[in-house]
Amino acid sequence: MLELHTVHKYFGGLHAVDGISFSVPQGAIKAVIGPNGAGKTTLFNLIAGVLGPTTGRITFKGRQIQGLKPHRIAALGMSRTFQNIKLCHGMTALENVMLGRHIRSRAGFLAGMLNLPFTWQEEKAIRRRAMELLELLEIAEFADSEATSLAFGQQRAVEMARALATEPELLLLDEPAAGLNIYETAEVARLITRIRDMGITVLLVEHDMSLVMDISDEIVVLSFGAKIAEDRPEAIQKNQEVIRIYLGEAEETA
Amino acid sequence: MDLSLFLQYLFAGITYGVIYAIVAIGFNIIYNTTGIINFAQGEFLMLGGMISISLLQFMPLPLAIAAAVLITMAVGALIEMVFIRWIDNPSVLRMVIITIGISILIREAALHIWGESVRTLPYFIGSSVTAVTLFGTKISPQVLIVIGTCAIIVLFLSAFFRFTSLGREMRACAANRRAATLCGINVKNMVTLSFILSAGIGALAGAVMSPITYSQYDNGTGLAIKGFTVAILGGLGNSLAAVAAGLLLGIIEAFSISILPLAFQDAVAIAILLFILFVRPHGLFGSREAARLKEF
Amino acid sequence: MNQARRYLPLAGVLAVVIGAQILASATGKAFYLTQLTMAAYYCLLIIGLCVLMGYAGQISIGHAGFFAIGGYLSSALTSHDFSAHAGTLFMRTLDRAGLLLHHQSLYGESLLSFQPWLAFAIAVAVAILIAFLLGIPVLKLKGHYLAMATLGFGIIIYRIVLAAEFFGEADGISEVPPFILLPGLSVSGDFAARVQNYYIAWGLLLAGMLLLLNLINSRTGRALRAIHGSEEAAEAIGVNTARAKLYTFVLSAAFAAVAGSFLAHFNGGIGPSEASVMKSVRYVAIVAVGGMANLWGAMAMGILLNFMSLRGMFGSYDDAVFGAILILIMLFAPQGILSLFPGKVFGTRTRAGK
Repeated sequence: MLELHTVHKYFGGLHAVDGISFSVPQGAIKAVIGPNGAGKTTLFNLIAGVLGPTTGRITFKGRQIQGLKPHRIAALGMSRTFQNIKLCHGMTALENVMLGRHIRSRAGFLAGMLNLPFTWQEEKAIRRRAMELLELLEIAEFADSEATSLAFGQQRAVEMARALATEPELLLLDEPAAGLNIYETAEVARLITRIRDMGITVLLVEHDMSLVMDISDEIVVLSFGAKIAEDRPEAIQKNQEVIRIYLGEAEETA
Repeated sequence: MDLSLFLQYLFAGITYGVIYAIVAIGFNIIYNTTGIINFAQGEFLMLGGMISISLLQFMPLPLAIAAAVLITMAVGALIEMVFIRWIDNPSVLRMVIITIGISILIREAALHIWGESVRTLPYFIGSSVTAVTLFGTKISPQVLIVIGTCAIIVLFLSAFFRFTSLGREMRACAANRRAATLCGINVKNMVTLSFILSAGIGALAGAVMSPITYSQYDNGTGLAIKGFTVAILGGLGNSLAAVAAGLLLGIIEAFSISILPLAFQDAVAIAILLFILFVRPHGLFGSREAARLKEF
Repeated sequence: MNQARRYLPLAGVLAVVIGAQILASATGKAFYLTQLTMAAYYCLLIIGLCVLMGYAGQISIGHAGFFAIGGYLSSALTSHDFSAHAGTLFMRTLDRAGLLLHHQSLYGESLLSFQPWLAFAIAVAVAILIAFLLGIPVLKLKGHYLAMATLGFGIIIYRIVLAAEFFGEADGISEVPPFILLPGLSVSGDFAARVQNYYIAWGLLLAGMLLLLNLINSRTGRALRAIHGSEEAAEAIGVNTARAKLYTFVLSAAFAAVAGSFLAHFNGGIGPSEASVMKSVRYVAIVAVGGMANLWGAMAMGILLNFMSLRGMFGSYDDAVFGAILILIMLFAPQGILSLFPGKVFGTRTRAGK
């Protein structure tokens, strides 16, 4: 589904992503973990098109996507959430999810201005589908609340619903458990497996080990921009290098 | 074009160029401490010129200019304290609109105080026909005064930011507000200071240029646009590059008169501004990466 | 229903418009209609700018430039004599298509100028083209850069109309002929046609409101609001933000040019002050007072403040008043003046209804 070939990214002198290669097979939940500053979010932004790689290739469904704008990549069937949730303020939860239907609908500038009849049907369909997704994620009761005024966990769910509304084949989740307590994290874990069961491939970046170990099929470990391990969760837990990095970090922060 | 005419254009270009550079540096000082562009920057020059002219009736020229600079600095401080200081976390759009509003209020106040008439300070040395010969061409001494004053301003600012603790504290705010606050620097006072400094250098430049360029209540907008062009050309926040960019724009403008009608002179600068914004918004001399690392 | 809720206020405004006309005519205060007509044209520009600023989140301090392009081109093409160029293929083709106007000057010379409809179309097309060319690079910019770039554009237009003989330099263009929309319906300052022109202007404004209300409640409008809310998120879910911003910019420029063209015909002329930076700033101020993302607020304030200004209520402090309004609103009520009142008189935001 998604493949990275020796992707490098420099910021001036900083080597933020150092020759990373891995692939995400269809139907899997793949996780990228690593200590703070390991380059996880940069890697994510490279995949989603927010940044362009300095060198290297990224292919999605066999098509090269490096250098494409985010909205083009989204149209190809890749959708994402953000670490620091980015919902549109001034819009309700429902409207935020309706927004996700943007690339799956077609009423243009002029059609909207002239309020052509075909747009009415389309708007209805958009609204119905958005409502379904809110129900799927069990937040339908907040449909008409201002999205940015919801609780943190609910905001994450709205953001996921919005990403799902684009009908992605690959869903990128940037630290979906950040800022959540253990109950909410367990809830998110359940949601992610449910999304995978819908046939959507998931790539997540995460700091929280418990979430990753429970649900991932495969894990990539980053440190200082480089890949140091890629394996199944059980194997990662026994990997000495990984343990050293995480313990080392724990000592420093302690 | 013979050499003498060439030199005439060149000196005219340099004169305007250094003035644009001062406006650009004024933008930079405030931009570096606050991250906003003060659209009223051009009005400081207008005030410097106009106030000097009015005060000249009561006192000798150097005193009049000094007083005008001080008054304008007070205006700068007042603007910051009344309009800017107490807004927490303003959006760029909001600040842009507020400073535009301020520039209009200053201009309208000037219109009501001084009217629409074009005024001018007398030449500091001799009269409008006095000239010194330089490289075989005749130049008004006022041109040299303008260039000299602007050079002194630039040197003074460089020294101020490099060698005084106050200057270093301002640079610290520019580099990282948060860290500066944690180090015990009063960022808000630094912002006030940046407005005072910008107003002061603007007023001084406005006074010395008055005999050549004249002063009028609505001079500010044109100067602001040129100064902004120069600030962008040099890379926003980079003041030494602004001097080079200012000279460049001034000279291009001066020579454009020989091809284009005078009325389109402003259009040249703006066309350059638009062009630069399109191709290299981080400036001619800056690099994209360095654009984030603001330094005086 | 959603749609009814959207159109009901328009019907309400229409009723007020008719009421105002009847009242003004009955009480012998018909001269108010002249200023209300002019205010409506300025307001057309303002609601376009409102969508650009409030919904797409882009500032423009150059909209007087687009207004001037519309007004000046319409005026110049309909009032200048082009008989010197009558022989060119271009003019002959237009002539054959019946798009040129032959008439005689006071001294019996034969004159040749453009049909107002053609001039209008050219003027608006030029504004759209320029907005397009300017918008592609400019809308990549943010905040200060965008403000300066549009300000720069406005100043260039101002300089051009002030320096070009074709546009009458400091005097502007006068004696612009009426714009005959349909037989018996023309835009002109003729006293006899005052009521008619009042309805033309308000009809145009309400039609513009209708189009924009539709737009912000459509899929595109949702995308625009998303750009304002979080540009990164909008991109990530597939909104082509650059294109959405560009189209809105072009649309608002077209509204401005239409307003300029009609007002020039109504006033029978146009002068350089219409292109000045102060005018652009005034439009921004009015949108800000109205509450940025509030079309009804922008319209109400557009009518009120323009009417007061045109009545001369601000005296010689006209520009200062708008400068002060700008600062006060941004300092104390960045959500617009209506946000200061409790309750929702106009609704702070038009939502996609239920």
